[in-house]
Amino acid sequence: MARAAVQRRLTWLRARLTDNLPASTRVRRLVFDVDGWPGHLPGQHVDVRLTAEDGYTAQRSYSIASPPEDPRLHLLVEDLPGGEVSPYLTEEMQAGDDLELRGPIGGYFVWSAAADAATPAERRRPVQLVAGGAGVSPFLAMLDHARRAGDPTPVRLLYSARTADDVLGGDLLGPGATVTLTRGAPPDWTGPTGRVDGALLQEHAFPPDARPRVFVCGPTVFVETVATTLVDLGHPPSAIRLERFGGIGDPA
Amino acid sequence: MSLVSRRFGRRRSATTDDRLPPGQYDTGDLFPVLSAGPTPRTPLAGWDLVVRGEVAAPQTWTWEEFRELPRESVSVDIHCVTKWSKFGTRWEGVSVDTLLADAGVEGSYVVAFCDGGYTTNLPLDDVTDGRAWVVDTYDGQPLAPEHGGPARLLVPHLYFWKSAKWVRGLSVRPRNEPGFWETFGYHDRGDPWREQRYSGD
Repeated sequence: MARAAVQRRLTWLRARLTDNLPASTRVRRLVFDVDGWPGHLPGQHVDVRLTAEDGYTAQRSYSIASPPEDPRLHLLVEDLPGGEVSPYLTEEMQAGDDLELRGPIGGYFVWSAAADAATPAERRRPVQLVAGGAGVSPFLAMLDHARRAGDPTPVRLLYSARTADDVLGGDLLGPGATVTLTRGAPPDWTGPTGRVDGALLQEHAFPPDARPRVFVCGPTVFVETVATTLVDLGHPPSAIRLERFGGIGDPA
Repeated sequence: MSLVSRRFGRRRSATTDDRLPPGQYDTGDLFPVLSAGPTPRTPLAGWDLVVRGEVAAPQTWTWEEFRELPRESVSVDIHCVTKWSKFGTRWEGVSVDTLLADAGVEGSYVVAFCDGGYTTNLPLDDVTDGRAWVVDTYDGQPLAPEHGGPARLLVPHLYFWKSAKWVRGLSVRPRNEPGFWETFGYHDRGDPWREQRYSGD
């Protein structure tokens, strides 16, 4: 385990919303200008803090959906019914509004071209990404980063979305990406359907003998199920890194 | 001074506020699962619990021997650094005081180590004097693997990443050595009431 972490104090920074855009039917893309943002690695997250007029504060974590090359910070926020923070972010916040955030946080669930640069392309272990729903956020940062960096590390994404209207990422989902739809597909859908299981992983993900570095992000049950399946398929547990998210309404 | 967000307000009950550390929310009946890697599956026949390191007499218990140790029941609030808190969780297991009693501890820190390679560091004072347990039972049932079964550390007065899942032992250290998340910028001690989430908090 690398012990190269930077023990840097994380101060609250003022972030100004520049855009609040629809990213899918249930997810908004919030774009921030952050004063003094120190930069980040694809896969890291931020803590967002909201303070009410009576002094009440709430904090939530969000994966960063934009690559380090983008000077602005993009967060993909799902509007969770009954949530305390997400409805404010997605429905109330408008361009020009400020909030506080701090980060980047986390140094384990990351991949970057710089970290691979010392390894010749043919000796690099490929990167396998497995996403459930809005768990694709950190992977969009990785894919965008890989594309902008012109990085030769092979990267594949297996991405489970409910319906075609829920798919995030647009043209970042290139030929290395496979989307499976779990709640019905349009008539012209040519991709797979159904949940990520052993068969889908065998067909659309790097096999264990390719020695991929595997990243899994999504709702907690999705992550637990996929991780167990990956181990059953023969991927070593040490090659599998997990990130979970979920609002208060998420089944645990 | 925090930036005030107009139109933002509390949406949850305030009845439990005196039990809710700053920046946390009550997750209610849910019990979220968090781990950095896959859930290990260690057969009980191959499981043991170890106290080693700066001790006069290293200790080892098989599963059967661990189950024979004096047991305690605790009902505690737990607080995860990812912001959720859960009130009144019920656990059963063995006090760390019991595990250390015959070891002859000579250091002031411990590193908990686990199946799957996870580690976390704690001052000895945070795991002794009735403040920490190795638990194998949650809510009257054997602890589920995704929640750390067969056994996990329980240090409820610190953020829950200190309550290492799948714990296999405690290594007593002469000095503080950061564990897994502590190496990645999380706070060395992790007191939720002082909101010690990250290094420097």
